[in-house]
Amino acid sequence: MATSVLANDSQKFAELQKVIAQYKEQEGALMPILHRAQEIYGYLPLDVQNYIAEELGIPLTDIYGVATFYSQFTLKPKGKYTIGICMGTACYVKGAQKVLDKLQEVLNIGVGDTTDDGKFTLDATRCLGACGLAPVMMINDQVYGRLSPDDIEGIISKYKDE
Amino acid sequence: MEFYRAHVLVCGGTGCTSSGSTDIIDKFNDELQKHGLQNEIMVVRTGCFGLCEVGPIVIVYPEGAFYSRVEIGDVPEIVSEHLVKGRIVTRLLYHDSITEEETIKSLDEVGFYKKQMRLALRNCGVIDPENIDEYIAFDGYKALGKALTEMTPDQVIDTIKESGLRGRGGAGFPAGLKWEFTRNAVGDKKYVCCNADEGDPGAFMDRSILEGDPHSVLEAMTIAGYAVGADQGYIYVRAEYPIAVKRLTIAIAQARQYGLLGKNIFDSGFNFDIELRLGAGAFVCGEETALMASIEGRRGEPRPRPPFPAVKGVFSKPTLLNNVETYANIPQIILNGPEWFRTIGTEKSKGTKVFALGGKINNTGLVEVPMGTTLREIIYEIGGGIPGGKEFKAAQTGGPSGGCIPAQHLDTPIDYDSLTQIGSMMGSGGLIVMDEDNCMVDIARFFLDFTVDESCGKCPPCRIGTRRMLELLDKIVSGKGEEGDIEKLELLAKNIKASALCGLGQTAPNPVLSTIRYFRDEYEAHIKEKRCPAGVCQALLRYIIVAELCKGCGLCAKHCPVEAISGERRKPYTIDTDKCIKCGLCMEKCPFNAIIKK
Ligand SMILES: Cc1cc2nc3c(=O)[nH]c(=O)nc-3n(C[C@H](O)[C@H](O)[C@H](O)COP(=O)(O)O)c2cc1C
Ligand code: SF4
Ligand code: SF4
Ligand code: FES
Ligand code: FES
Repeated sequence: MATSVLANDSQKFAELQKVIAQYKEQEGALMPILHRAQEIYGYLPLDVQNYIAEELGIPLTDIYGVATFYSQFTLKPKGKYTIGICMGTACYVKGAQKVLDKLQEVLNIGVGDTTDDGKFTLDATRCLGACGLAPVMMINDQVYGRLSPDDIEGIISKYKDE
Repeated sequence: MEFYRAHVLVCGGTGCTSSGSTDIIDKFNDELQKHGLQNEIMVVRTGCFGLCEVGPIVIVYPEGAFYSRVEIGDVPEIVSEHLVKGRIVTRLLYHDSITEEETIKSLDEVGFYKKQMRLALRNCGVIDPENIDEYIAFDGYKALGKALTEMTPDQVIDTIKESGLRGRGGAGFPAGLKWEFTRNAVGDKKYVCCNADEGDPGAFMDRSILEGDPHSVLEAMTIAGYAVGADQGYIYVRAEYPIAVKRLTIAIAQARQYGLLGKNIFDSGFNFDIELRLGAGAFVCGEETALMASIEGRRGEPRPRPPFPAVKGVFSKPTLLNNVETYANIPQIILNGPEWFRTIGTEKSKGTKVFALGGKINNTGLVEVPMGTTLREIIYEIGGGIPGGKEFKAAQTGGPSGGCIPAQHLDTPIDYDSLTQIGSMMGSGGLIVMDEDNCMVDIARFFLDFTVDESCGKCPPCRIGTRRMLELLDKIVSGKGEEGDIEKLELLAKNIKASALCGLGQTAPNPVLSTIRYFRDEYEAHIKEKRCPAGVCQALLRYIIVAELCKGCGLCAKHCPVEAISGERRKPYTIDTDKCIKCGLCMEKCPFNAIIKK
């Protein structure tokens, strides 16, 4: 009973089925499945949640409840580059707010939003564990440390041109 | 093991990986290959050395040369000079690791390490965390062997009780007692869990242990499983810690392969296995009952206690939950005995504590000190003081649940009880230093903003009360504070503390209360004089041209986007504060530093 998002990409769907089969019999399977589903699809489309609900025999409302409780799960597709600026204490004390202000200005979006061209998503994150380099931000897996607001334009333009 | 004439230890902790240590390792291997030294010299990727500030860090043994801020371009020189010719590259050595005679100090002579005592971090920066043989070579799994073959479960529990070890996750509950409760609880199945959710923003002790020495946690959990009668363990780790997750996964696989996890460990008939569970970005999941709900695959909402997890935990079975650092202490206590452990620390707080030192401090990084060390020693001797000759204002411990410690308490010996007494708490080990440029009202607002955001919303005092407090603080920092606001904050704080369901809500007001306690004058300056003494709160700032310094060049007026600056050439200019939007451009542009903000 594959619906649209699921039918669109049979390879992803096959992966999802594999993941569900792997965890299904375990106790507390939902969180690992949601993590993996998000890895596969980049977010948690309603269709995917629905499918997991059917397979695990859990009401959709429960799955939706879990998916919306945790900030790492997202119900909206993200941009090509996710910028996570650390707003942990060490970074905040060293001026992360000013870096965030600059990011919002340069990208012209707010925290949690994605640019219209689908290129950048801006997130404020908790401590990234690299406090020694505060203030810190991550663009996908790349870490940028010891930032000042003046660095932002240059860094962003590198990604814009790609 | 093969014999190598030298070891090159490269830090693979998060800090150094962020500043490029992976490429440095590859480069070392390439260069060694080029010189045909790959069988003589071994490159080891270790966990965090603690001094992340000056990373990437490379230490070359046997000399113990401590290279800091190494760049990829420096690698060929280290190889051709140091490793081939035996000439240490002095220019790359960490500044404090050389004596005046230009010889190398041993690591425990370096200011940063001198007062430290590394128990929980003993293997971090020493071994390759992805290689179980190295852990075993450093007495790894010896404690497990001893427990399983020479001790009864009760003897293990007595040992932990006698050691005086208290939980490192925040509350400081005696670990041995918790083990005993779980052992005595009735249940056909029991679990051992490890709290690796590390929610305090600005703390990364647990992460460094998991990245630098994952087997110590696995070994301790297995010992705990034997003591309480559990055969299954879960490690609940933040998904934001990809390196820790990877190393734990490798470690678990290796331990299974060596028969140190699984069935019939050490031929003792004891079975135990461990699984990872990833968090998903909810601070409240660090709270024990929420954590267990999350492991079960539900929303991570706390529930009232009792029943405590020792009686009714994961899947409603008796469950032991301890923090990563708590576990990291266990193997050595088993090996060296409780008496040894009791010699370290203060009367009621035994052993050491790891702190993540951050903020306005020269040596940001990870430090481990015996309980009872003073804040002054940590900040000035280990931390190297405050950059830029600025004045110390306060240190925040305990994160969003804790409080600040002002200058007059710098000499308090730090342990669980002394910190509570001065209105802060040990917490998990975040230690953020603030200087004269930090506004304490703004900091209190920052923490409250965090808790409001992270409140799970289950109980009204926390959901609504903290939001009300945040609104009051917002009012104060934006210059709309009124007489009586401080008292309103205090009253709300009291009520929330008394009625919130879980620790998150109960401790959320602490940062506000402790900043009011020690820095009431700053609150009053914001409210009565509409002034932010530290010059942080934008809405309260005023840009002023100091007439004596102004040469009347007019540059500022030219750059002001809202034409708030007027004046005649060669005479002092003035700023119309009503028009000024506080962009700060004028101050940046003035060639004579004649513009200040207050
Ligand atoms: C809101 C909240 C967050 C917490 N976060 C953590 C955490 O990130 N890590 C942790 O070990 N303990 C955390 N705790 C404490 C745990 O509930 C629990 O006391 C602890 O993990 C027990 O281990 P210990 O006795 O070894 O310290 C938190 C508590 C509360 C109320
Ligand atoms: S105190 Fe806050 S976090 Fe804790 S249960 Fe209540 S609403 Fe949730
Ligand atoms: S701070 Fe900006 S708006 Fe205010 S006077 Fe200076 S340049 Fe003009
Ligand atoms: S607070 Fe930003 S990396 Fe830790
Ligand atoms: S991460 Fe390298 S010293 Fe901490």
